[in-house]
Amino acid sequence: MIISESKPFPEILKSLEGDQRIFIVGCKGCAEACQTGGEAQVLEMVKQLQQEGKIVVGHSVLDFLCDKALVKFKLKPHEDAIVSADSLLIMTCGIGVQATAAVVDKVTHPGCNVVNVGGSRGEWRGDERCLECGDCLLDYTGGICPMTACTKSLINGPCGGTKDGKCEFEPETRDCGWHLIYERLKKLGNLDRMKVTLDPKDYSKMRPPENLRSTIMWALERKEKEASAK
Amino acid sequence: MTIAELAKQGKFVITAEVGPPKGVDITEMLENAELMRGKVDAINITDQQSSVMRLGSLPVCRLLIERDLEPVFQMTCRDRNRIALQSDLLGAYTLGVKNVLCLTGDFIALGDHPQAKAVFDLDSVSLLRAAKELEQGKDLAGNELAGTPNFCLGAVVTPGADPLEPQLIKLEKKVKAGAQFIQTQAVYEPEKFETFMKAVAHLNVPILAGIIPLRSAGMARFMNANVAGVHVPDNLVEEMEKAEKRMQKGVEIAARLIKDMKSMCQGVHIMAIGMEKRVPQVIEAAGL
Repeated sequence: MIISESKPFPEILKSLEGDQRIFIVGCKGCAEACQTGGEAQVLEMVKQLQQEGKIVVGHSVLDFLCDKALVKFKLKPHEDAIVSADSLLIMTCGIGVQATAAVVDKVTHPGCNVVNVGGSRGEWRGDERCLECGDCLLDYTGGICPMTACTKSLINGPCGGTKDGKCEFEPETRDCGWHLIYERLKKLGNLDRMKVTLDPKDYSKMRPPENLRSTIMWALERKEKEASAK
Repeated sequence: MTIAELAKQGKFVITAEVGPPKGVDITEMLENAELMRGKVDAINITDQQSSVMRLGSLPVCRLLIERDLEPVFQMTCRDRNRIALQSDLLGAYTLGVKNVLCLTGDFIALGDHPQAKAVFDLDSVSLLRAAKELEQGKDLAGNELAGTPNFCLGAVVTPGADPLEPQLIKLEKKVKAGAQFIQTQAVYEPEKFETFMKAVAHLNVPILAGIIPLRSAGMARFMNANVAGVHVPDNLVEEMEKAEKRMQKGVEIAARLIKDMKSMCQGVHIMAIGMEKRVPQVIEAAGL
C-alpha cells in the first residue's frame, strides 16, 4: 500500500497555471484508501477547479493506476476528452503519474505527495519508481521522476556525464534520466518547465525512523492526526 | 585577482589544472604548480577527480596561496551534504580562497571506492545558490552568519554535448544562480565551439574554453568512446597517428586550437592531466 497525501491546493493551482482544460484521474487503489484520489476527492477537485474558472473536460477513477496496461485500456473511452485537455491532473502516487505519462502524450501534473510505500510498490512492473520523497517534482519533469531516473538524483538538469542519451555509469543499460525528461518535455512543447530552478530538496520529508518505515501505520496515524487537526 | 575581475578588465584569462596526490607527498604537485608561475592567471585544484580518493582541494588551495599562486577551489556535490559544503565554503573564504568552481561531480562507481555512498544532496545549481546566500549573510536554511564571505563563483558546461539544449538550459540556471565565469569541457572543434558561443552570448558571462593536449591517437580514441561530450575529429586523430614526435604534436594541436578559438571566448582552461610540464609549452606555442 502506498500512502499519499494531497498537495496543497495552491500548489496544484500553480502547476495548472496557463492550462484551461483539465482532465482529472483518480485511483481506486491506495489513493482511495488514503482519501487523496478516490471518487470523492476527484469530485471535490472538479468542483474546486471549476470555482477557479477551469474547465474540467472529464475525469476518471481507475482501479489501479500502477498497472500500465490497465491505464491505457481504461483511459481509451476518454480519449476525445483527454485529447481536448491542456493537461491531466493525476491524484495518485508518483507511480500513477508516471504510468499515465507513459501512455498519454499530455502533461501530467501530480496532485499528491507520496510519504510511504508501505512495503509494496503496488502493481507497477515498469521501470518507473517512486522514492517516497514526500515532495513530488513530477510536475516539472514531464511525469518522469528525476529522483529515480537520474543516477545522481539531480533535480536541475543533466550532469556532464550524459552521452548519446545514456548515463556514463553503465551506459549499456542505463538511460540518462534527464535525457528522457528533456525529450518528453520537448515532445509536449513544455520545455519551460525544465527552465525552472528548483530549490534544494527537503530530505527531512523522507526520513521516518527505520522501525516506522517497516510498517505503514506511522503514515496512516500521521494522516489521521492531520485529519483530526482539521 | 579573481577570474571574474581579470575578465572584466578584458584580459584573456588563462587557467590550468593541478591534481592533488593520493597521499601526503606533495613535492611533485608543488613542482607542477611552480611550472605555472607567471604563465597562468589561476590554477584549478581538482576535488578527488574521477571519484578517486586523494588529498583534498581546499588544503592544496591554501598551499598555493602561501606561495603567492591564485587557486580555483573545485567543489563537487558527490561527497558532502549541504552542511559540509557550506562549511567548506566558509573555510575557503577564511583561508583566502576566492575562486570557487561548483560542479556536480562524477558518479562514485567510476572511482576507486565504488562501495561508497554517493551524496548529491545539492546539485551544481543549488551549490552556486548556497554560496550566493552565504555572500548575502545567510545560510541555506536562512540562518544569519557572523561576517559574510565573498567569492568569485564558477561553473562548467559541455559545449560538445548532443543534444546541446539540456546543457544550455542548465547553464542558464547556473548563471542565474550566481556563476561569474564558466570553464568548459575539452573542445577540439572550433566551428562547433563557435556555434556554442553564439548560443550562450546572451548570458554575458566569461567563458574559458577547455583544452586537453593530446598524448596519442589512442588517447583521442579513448576519449571519443568514453568521455561524454568530448569529440576529437578524425583529422586530428590521424595527425596524432602520423606524428613522429607525438608529445610535440599534441602541444602543437593544442596551441592551434587556442589560436583558432581565441577571438571567440574570454580565456582558456588547460587540463594537462598528469603532463603539467606541457602547459607552459602550450601557452608559449599559442603565443599567449
